[in-house]
Amino acid sequence: MTAYDAIIIGAGHNGLVTACYLAKAGLKVVVVEKNDWIGGAAVSRSLYPGFTYSNCSYVSSLLRPEIMRDLELPKYGLQILPYEGGAVLQQDGGYLAMYRDHDANRREFARHSKRDAEAYDRYSRDILRHCRFIRPLLMRTPPDPTSFRPRDLNELIYIGKKFFDLSETERYEMVRFWTMSISDYLDEYFEHPVIKAYLAVSAIIGTALGPMSPGSAYVLLHHYMGDVDGNIGAWGFARGGMGSITQAMSKSLAASGGEIRAGKGVDRVLVKNGRAVGVVLDGGDEIHGKLVVSNMDVKRTFLKTVEEKELPAAFVKQVKNFKIRGSSGKVNIALDGVPNFKALPKGSPCYKGDIHFTDSIERMERAYDDWKAGRWSRDPFQDTMIPTLIDPTMTPPGKHFMSCFVQYAPPKINGGEWTDKDRDEFGKTVINQIASYAPGFKDLILHMEVRTPRELEREVGLTEGNIFQGELTFDQLLFNRPVPGASQYRSPIKDLWMCGSSTHPGGGVMGAPGRNAAAEILRDLKKPLPMSDAYAVL
Amino acid sequence: MPSYDAIVIGGGTNGLAAAGRLAKAGRKVLVLEQAAVAGGGATTKDFAKGYKVSAVAHLLNLLDPRVEQGLDLKSHGLEFAATNLSTTALSPTGDYLILKGNYGETIAGTLSDADRASWAELRQKLMRFAAVLRPFKAMAPPRLGKGVGNEMMKLAGLGLKIRGLGRDDLREFMRLMLINVADVLDDELQDDRLKGAIAFDTVLGAHLGPRSPNSLLLLFNRLAGEALSIPKGGMGSVATAMSKAVQALGVEIRLNAWVQSITIADDKATGVTLKNGETLSAKTIISAINPKTTFLDLVGPRHLDTGMVSRAGNILMRGNAVKLHLALKGTPNFKGVDLKTRLVIAPSVRAVEDAFNPVKYGEFSENPVMEIVIPSAFEEGFAPKGHHVLSAIVQYAPIAMDTKARAAFLKRIMATLESYAPGIGKLVVKSELLTPEDLEKQYGFVGGNWHHGELAAEQMLFLRPFIGAAQYETAIPGLWLAGAGSHPGGGISSAAGWNAAERILKGKGRR
Repeated sequence: MTAYDAIIIGAGHNGLVTACYLAKAGLKVVVVEKNDWIGGAAVSRSLYPGFTYSNCSYVSSLLRPEIMRDLELPKYGLQILPYEGGAVLQQDGGYLAMYRDHDANRREFARHSKRDAEAYDRYSRDILRHCRFIRPLLMRTPPDPTSFRPRDLNELIYIGKKFFDLSETERYEMVRFWTMSISDYLDEYFEHPVIKAYLAVSAIIGTALGPMSPGSAYVLLHHYMGDVDGNIGAWGFARGGMGSITQAMSKSLAASGGEIRAGKGVDRVLVKNGRAVGVVLDGGDEIHGKLVVSNMDVKRTFLKTVEEKELPAAFVKQVKNFKIRGSSGKVNIALDGVPNFKALPKGSPCYKGDIHFTDSIERMERAYDDWKAGRWSRDPFQDTMIPTLIDPTMTPPGKHFMSCFVQYAPPKINGGEWTDKDRDEFGKTVINQIASYAPGFKDLILHMEVRTPRELEREVGLTEGNIFQGELTFDQLLFNRPVPGASQYRSPIKDLWMCGSSTHPGGGVMGAPGRNAAAEILRDLKKPLPMSDAYAVL
Repeated sequence: MPSYDAIVIGGGTNGLAAAGRLAKAGRKVLVLEQAAVAGGGATTKDFAKGYKVSAVAHLLNLLDPRVEQGLDLKSHGLEFAATNLSTTALSPTGDYLILKGNYGETIAGTLSDADRASWAELRQKLMRFAAVLRPFKAMAPPRLGKGVGNEMMKLAGLGLKIRGLGRDDLREFMRLMLINVADVLDDELQDDRLKGAIAFDTVLGAHLGPRSPNSLLLLFNRLAGEALSIPKGGMGSVATAMSKAVQALGVEIRLNAWVQSITIADDKATGVTLKNGETLSAKTIISAINPKTTFLDLVGPRHLDTGMVSRAGNILMRGNAVKLHLALKGTPNFKGVDLKTRLVIAPSVRAVEDAFNPVKYGEFSENPVMEIVIPSAFEEGFAPKGHHVLSAIVQYAPIAMDTKARAAFLKRIMATLESYAPGIGKLVVKSELLTPEDLEKQYGFVGGNWHHGELAAEQMLFLRPFIGAAQYETAIPGLWLAGAGSHPGGGISSAAGWNAAERILKGKGRR
């Protein structure tokens, strides 16, 4: 039996990124995947004849450009197609359009409020400043503030210096921004409800917070830190669906000599004398390796695949208390044609991007109240896309794929498990909402797939259906992620590492956790790092 | 025209503390209070014939020891009807818990051993962390600037103190700093009554629910104070003792003196004009009233730059706590509960969160949560013999409530009370509901917020009341802030007033 240098559990994007970097550094690497296909939550799947679905994650922006370049992903077929627009459809029949151009957006804002159009420049500038501060931190291992080791001290000084490079007022503004709710923050700039509703979206996506929850402003930043071809904050579709990202990664991995074994999951991690030495697959096969890297979330890793006796009790408690409540569902639809949103002009570029139906922050927050009470939102927030209007490779000519990200959907319904009936009702709620803005919509549906947190957990392995492998609140960010004392990709078990979104800097198809984990592993092995530093400029 | 070293606008406990501290240093100080009595939110009033009540705040736990001792309030008549007050967490079934001593040192009632143990551990941890934060209250918030050496050293000292907790504690401290209280309670405890009461205490007076991130910070703030107590004669006694103390130090207090504007000459604050047209001048003008009112009304936007106008305008001041007073012709029976405790109706974390939801949209809670004190149970003289008076802080209600909404909310409150104290409705002789709007009108609490600015992470320390005015000094030379809107906030603590005076005496600041 072959022994590997590194076994990576889970062929999601972070697992593949770690694998690629380790393979590039000359390690003998294998990635083990439980599903018959790879990709984790970045997948393209054919669930209806002739149609390709991005059935989990559906848009791209956060994938670090440094990783794209290091792993030569464009060479292996990855192409990101930016949105051309977007819109919020209002209940009164009006709409707010969004375009790729700041000035066009400004004019559109002015159509709703002259004051808000003025504020938009100021707002964009302020948000960019916060992004600029945080962005370089994504590609660095968080320092342990309790440690006196030189590397931790250096990193602390690095962050401190960055902070003190700001003006005194900017420092206060930063602290304030980090602790505020997006609703209060937007109130300082804007007056029109639909404009605020549009801008608040990024602060709640994937998060068990409402727009009025303090700390939600940071989540907004999390979604603004990306770019498409250097266009900061822009989002786009991966041509061929989100699976193209992980497919390109797997090709890059193969080119560096790495292996992938799909079809059998890991039953448990083999631990001998406090060291991880391999994994046991479902069915009993063993794979041995010098180190094991888990791309699964931290609960799945330590509560399900590692025996409790191997871990310190305090750590087990920390992991049990890790917050990973799912907040969203997904409805994927095969369409016979383009839906006709009666508010939008025909052929508007707004179709080619994100379409929302929530025209006020209050509606968003009320949707969150449902989540808190343990039920799905009766008037949900949706981030809806028709990627096939830009990327025709995913469906037969004239047909379309529609992806509806839906919030909020709790991990449990009134404390109980989701049932098939609940799921179908949830799907109906979503379809009815769309149909109320697009007459005849229901007649276009050829096939649909409804995914609640239950389905996300079952298929992708995301505990409680949390798309970020752990909530993005301050108690679980930076050196607190996943749990204090274990924020540097290492676990209490020697040679067992973490590389998933449960680690810093968190979720989204970003790749940064995978890249940072690889960097730490290679540092430990005293190998040169085959990766570029984060671009400091923005 | 009489001239003073300093004029303090607002004779609340902060204004009095600032005046007292300055007078101790030999300054000639005038306090201007618009009401007929000094005290602001610390006042006792007759709300019905024969019935007295602490009109706004009804318990003491944050009073700054520097003020209590520095002004020697004891010798000026401050006595206590109860100290180290216990809290009863009521239950609809009558199976209540009593948190005894300083914040539940022991708990009486049916509680599982596991919860007793977890609570003891959690309480100790919270107390330990709160103690680390306590020194912050007695200082001006540190600036995050270059060349402000002294404060940075202070901050570094506090940092080291936190480090001194040990590695595990420090990590835990940083995790808990901005977490929500609901998650912590759910992680550690099982019992809904206990969790509900703690969740309620955490968000009391705040525009937050227990599931709102950053909420645990407010519990730290509370625990950094003293144990709960009730002054003899109600909260007005605190103000009376303070008034006497500062007058003994030579401070002049003018009641019914309504300040119309702050005089700005050559970009400096030089005095005030009263509503009756009288003008007074002083080198130092100290505003111990609401910061929004101070800047936007008394100074006026024409003396401020636009950034400051919007900063002052953006201070969040959503007040959602309502004060309820009931005159009762008999003893209410809370199913056998000892009335000489603080009673909390907050049956679970979920109940507090559900109560919070409507107020986000300007609606009141259908099932409100509340804190009840029955002053007549502690002391005679609050109600006729055999009668009682009930004082409650009830959450949540919005500022805008018409007559219909007020009546409907009162009905909901009474229905809630009835389920915990059957028959209480029949005892009511008179009721009074002070909504956030009433508190704004009667006490100058803009937005109805008891703290003159929400107590929330984004409005604490160097962010309180707003960036650039957090060290009590303002951008206008000669104008200082000393009210609850400044660090460390309200709650009859007087710390803001004392801190401001210390700062003035040191002549510290930008200039």
